Amino acid sequence: MTPLRTLALAAGLAAPLLAHADWLVGVAGPFTGQYASAGDQIKKGAEAAAADINAKGGVLGQKIKLEYGDDACDPKQAVAVANALVNKKVQFVHGHWCSSSTIPASDIYNDADIVMATVSTNPQVTERGLKNLFRIMGRDDQQGSVIGQWIASKFKDKKVAVLDDKSAYGKGLADEIAKAMKAAGKEPVLRESITAGEKDYSGIVTRLKNAGVDVLAYGGYHTEVALLLRQSDQVGLPLVIVGGDTMTNSELVTAAGKFADRVYFTFTPDPRKNPQATPIVERFRAAKIEPEGYVLYAYAALQLFEQAVTQAGGVERAKLEPVLRKGKFDTAIGTLEFDEKGDLKKPAFAIYKWTGGRYDYAE
Amino acid sequence: MGYALQQLINGLTLGAMYGLIAIGYTMVYGIIGMINFAHGEIYMIGAFLSVLTYVLCTALGIGPTPLVLLAMLFVSVAFTALYGWAVERIAYRPLRGAPRLAPLISAIGMSIFLQNYVQLTQGARIKSVPPLWQGGVTLWSADDFRVTFGWAQLTVVVVTLIVMAGFAWMITRTSFGRQQRACEQDPKMAALLGIDVDRTISLTFILGAALAAVAGMMAVLQYGVIDFSIGFIAGIKAFTAAVLGGIGSIPGAMLGGLLIGLVEAFWSAYLSPEYKDVATFSILVLVLLFRPTGLLGKPDVEKV
Repeated sequence: MTPLRTLALAAGLAAPLLAHADWLVGVAGPFTGQYASAGDQIKKGAEAAAADINAKGGVLGQKIKLEYGDDACDPKQAVAVANALVNKKVQFVHGHWCSSSTIPASDIYNDADIVMATVSTNPQVTERGLKNLFRIMGRDDQQGSVIGQWIASKFKDKKVAVLDDKSAYGKGLADEIAKAMKAAGKEPVLRESITAGEKDYSGIVTRLKNAGVDVLAYGGYHTEVALLLRQSDQVGLPLVIVGGDTMTNSELVTAAGKFADRVYFTFTPDPRKNPQATPIVERFRAAKIEPEGYVLYAYAALQLFEQAVTQAGGVERAKLEPVLRKGKFDTAIGTLEFDEKGDLKKPAFAIYKWTGGRYDYAE
Repeated sequence: MGYALQQLINGLTLGAMYGLIAIGYTMVYGIIGMINFAHGEIYMIGAFLSVLTYVLCTALGIGPTPLVLLAMLFVSVAFTALYGWAVERIAYRPLRGAPRLAPLISAIGMSIFLQNYVQLTQGARIKSVPPLWQGGVTLWSADDFRVTFGWAQLTVVVVTLIVMAGFAWMITRTSFGRQQRACEQDPKMAALLGIDVDRTISLTFILGAALAAVAGMMAVLQYGVIDFSIGFIAGIKAFTAAVLGGIGSIPGAMLGGLLIGLVEAFWSAYLSPEYKDVATFSILVLVLLFRPTGLLGKPDVEKV
C-alpha cells in the first residue's frame, strides 16, 4: 500500500467519524424575558452535566456539545427555535420549559425524529400521542391522586371532606382527590362546592363542624383557603386543609396568620434533598452555584441522555425510544421510569407543610 | 339544635353587615328616589381604608389592638364619608331635575370608576390583615357540638347594634333627622319651610357612606381578605336586603339585611352552599313580583 493510498483510506474512514465527533444536544427554554431566571437555571444545570459527562469520557466515546435555543416562553418563537435546532442537526433536546412552548415545538422534533425530555407540567404535553417525548416532572393532574393516597394513609381515623371552588383547576383537582381516596378505601364524608370570590364561608365551615370533619381536601386557590381557616376557627373547628401547588403562595400566610400552619399541599419535590443528588449538589455549591429550581432537572435530563444512549448504543429514535420507555434511570432527581405516554410512572410530587411562614416537607 | 344555633350566629353576623350597607341604599332612595349604584364601591373603599390604617399603625408601631381598631374605625369612616359626599357632588347634584336615566347612568359610571381607581392605585392582588383574635366564647354545648360565638363575630354584631341604635336616635330625635325625614316626604314643601334640601341630601350620602365604611371595617375584622372587586356582590346583596325590607324604610333595611344573612346561613346549612346566591336573588325576584313595597315599605311609593 502506498503512503498516498493509506492516507486517502484513512481520510475516507475518518470523515464520517469527524462529522459525528460530538453529540449535539439542544437545550431550549426561556433564556430571555420574564422567565429568564428559570432559563438561567436550566443553562447552569445542562452545562455542569455536560462537563461532568465529558470529563468521564463522554457517551460511547463521544463528547456532548450543547446548542441553546431561546424561546422566551413565546409559542411562536418556540416553533422558530425548534426548526433552527432541527436544522443544526441536534440529536436530543432538553426543553422547552413553558408548556405553551413545549406543545407546538414537540411536533417539530417529532417530525424530525428527535427524542426529547421536558419539564413542562400541563397534561396536554403528553396527551397528544407523541412518542418522542418524555416528561421528567409530574403532571398537574397527578397531584390529585398523590393527595388522595396520602390522606388515606395519613388520616386513616379522621373524617375527611372534599371541597372545590368550581374552577377548572379546583374541581379537577378535587375530583381526582376524591377518586384516589375512594380507591384507597377512604370515603369522603362530604363532597361540596363553594363559589370562589365570596367572603363568607361560615355556613360551610359550620356544616363541616357538624359532620365532625377534621381534615378538608380542597381544590382551589389560597384566598379561599385563608378564609376557610379563619372562619373555621371562629366556629371552634381546628380544621386541617390539604391542597395543591397553589398553596405555595405566601399571601396565604399573611391572610391566614398562624392558621396557615394547618395547611398541607403538594408541590414538586426539592431535588436537593434527594440522597442520590448529594455529591452533585456539593459540586455545584463548591462552584458557587445554588442548584435550585430547574438546575438539577436539566442535569438529570443529560444524565438520562447519557444512560439511554449508552444502553441503546446510538442516538437514533428507533433505538433510543424503546430503551427510554422500558428502562430505569438513576439521576440527580431520583430514579426515573416512564409509562406509555412518556409520563413518569412515579409522579414526582411531595407533600409540604407550612410552619411559621415557611414551607418544608411534611413528615 | 346546636348546629342550628351556630348557623343562626353566622347568619346574624352576615346579616348585620348587609344591614349596614342596605341602610345607605334605602336612605338615598328615600330622599332622591334613586338607587345609588356606587354604594357597593363605597363599602369596598371603607374596607381598603381600614386595611391601610391597620398597615400604617403596624408600620409605625402603634399598639395595642383596641387603639388600632379605633383608629381604623375613625379613619375609615371619615375618609369614606368624603367619598360619599364626592359621589353625590359629581354624579347626582349636576343632574338634579334631569331625566331619571341620567343620574342612574352617572352612578354606574361612578361605580366603574371607583373600582378601577382602587385597582390601579392599590393593585389587583388581595390585601389582608392577619386574624386579630382567635377562637371565641362557647355559648352552649351538647352532643359534642360546642356552639361558639367567635370574637370577631361578636365584635361585628355588637358594633353594628351600637351604630344602628345611634343612627336610629339621630333620625328620630335630632333636628337633622327631622330635616332628613321632611325632605324624604316632600322636598318642595321642606324647601319652602327653609330646609336646605341640597345640604340634607349631601348629609344623607355622607351618613350612608359612613355606615358602609363601618360595614367595610367589620368585613376586614371578620374575613381579613379583601380586593378591589368585593363591592359588587356585597352591594347587590345589600340592595336585595333593602328591597326585601321595603326600599325607603330604614327599619326595613335593617330587617332585610338580617333576613338575607339568615337565609344565606340556613341555605348553606341545610341545602347546597354552592347555590346560596341563587336563594338570595330568588328572593329579590319574588319580592319584586309579589310585594314590590317589601316587608315594611310604604304602599304609596310609586317611584321606580
